[in-house]
Amino acid sequence: MRPPSPSIPEREFLLKALEQSLRLDGRAPLQSRTPTLTFGPELGWVECALGKTRVLAYVSAKIVKPTPERPFEGTITIHSEISPMASREYEVGRPSDEEVTITRMLDKVLRRSDAVDKESLCILAGERVWALRLTIHCLADAGNMLDCACLAGVVALKHFRRPEVEVIGDEVIVHAPTERAPVPLSIHHSPFCFTFAFFAPSPSSQSVPITILDPVHLEQRLSNGSISIALNAQREICVLQKLGGVPLGAEEVVGVVQVAVGKAKEMERLVESALKEDWEGRKGGVEVR
Amino acid sequence: MSSSFTVLPGEQVPAQHVNLKLGPGLFQIQSSKQSETSIISTRAGTVNHSANNSKWWVESNSRRYVPAPQESVVGAVVGRSGEGWRVDIGSAHFALLDGLAFEGATKRNKPNLKIGALIYARVSLAHKDMEPELECFDAQTRKAAEFGELKGGFMVRCSLRMCRQLLDPKHFLLPFIGSRFPLEVAVGTNGRVWISSKEVKHTIAIARCIEAVDPDGGGLDESGIKTFFNTLDL
Repeated sequence: MRPPSPSIPEREFLLKALEQSLRLDGRAPLQSRTPTLTFGPELGWVECALGKTRVLAYVSAKIVKPTPERPFEGTITIHSEISPMASREYEVGRPSDEEVTITRMLDKVLRRSDAVDKESLCILAGERVWALRLTIHCLADAGNMLDCACLAGVVALKHFRRPEVEVIGDEVIVHAPTERAPVPLSIHHSPFCFTFAFFAPSPSSQSVPITILDPVHLEQRLSNGSISIALNAQREICVLQKLGGVPLGAEEVVGVVQVAVGKAKEMERLVESALKEDWEGRKGGVEVR
Repeated sequence: MSSSFTVLPGEQVPAQHVNLKLGPGLFQIQSSKQSETSIISTRAGTVNHSANNSKWWVESNSRRYVPAPQESVVGAVVGRSGEGWRVDIGSAHFALLDGLAFEGATKRNKPNLKIGALIYARVSLAHKDMEPELECFDAQTRKAAEFGELKGGFMVRCSLRMCRQLLDPKHFLLPFIGSRFPLEVAVGTNGRVWISSKEVKHTIAIARCIEAVDPDGGGLDESGIKTFFNTLDL
């Protein structure tokens, strides 16, 4: 059931607060919530929490026969269906606008940007390749599920280890994780997604739209437009998506991209330190590379 | 209040009294074998009873509101329905507020509520299969009292137990904030609280304090909220 629009006092208060650069949870306008990453006992299982928004990502791998068009590459499929567990807005079987946006954005950021090297997933050309399956479960929606889902997906791919495979002539031997240490995926770059929401200014104040990073649910519903930028820490933009909304001038877009570049570097540091901490904890068990 | 113990749904509760009154979370079922009745709890929580054992209830926490008569709620108008309005109070169905359910309202003199307005009303009728009905006047005196449209301010959501705590005059939070700056609050038992003060940053501070003290969110106590309040930028 689609919940009704926010009430008049909520809308007026939010706009009044934004004109004074105040946000409802005390953050600065261009400050995002700190992500919390929790790794599961299995490799490739990670839960990402941005405040109260929580998304779970899980990677699994299977050996299949490749498609005849691309016999040297493995495949990656992304499954993300939002269930009513995330919020009362989402219904089973009927994808809402936001769900379609998230699915398409995840596809562009994680699959089409070639984050994972597909040729390294090939075992025996034309016969056997790895098929990766990334499943995204949205557990709770408190705004900005897109950024949370992209982050969870990228970290899950970096955390995952596939079994080592040995090819002797035409024979393929898959080694169990207990025999030989599993191997990480070959990842070219790690894209992170940042969503900014815009509010049209009141005609009396300055004419530049108000920009905030990482909107909460109420801010997302009351915004007049949003822009999502996916880029990596090497300053390469993978996706820049703006679906309608308040028109933005060139300076505003460049300004928003500059903010995203700074945040991407911070995010990379955070992800690397979280992954490293998790490995330290696992050293007692399986030997990993 | 005497000692309390924890129950899960379906557990039997030893409640016995001549004039037994069952509060929220308790249900009386007929035992199939004998013609006896037993009291079963329908929620997870702590069972409390009054001093003379006549009133029993289960104290639990949740976020979804189930309407009950004579409870005051904060609702948002979502549409017109005949002579009245349909109001969202967070329950499974939208509630109906009749146009004449205000003090001194006649057919020609009805209040003008826009879609999206917030109102403070009393649940007059609530059955599980029907749409609940609201009224904007006190039940006995039939005067407006504090009910009616809430103008300005902001609305925050919290758990149901937090709302009950805020309605308790002995709870520490509202007097503590009131000693710092003036504020106006309308607490609905449906998990919504309307807050208003002169400055935007004060209203934001109240919203964050409510979230911090909420048993679901931070669960801070009196000393915790003092330290939290000093970190806010006021």
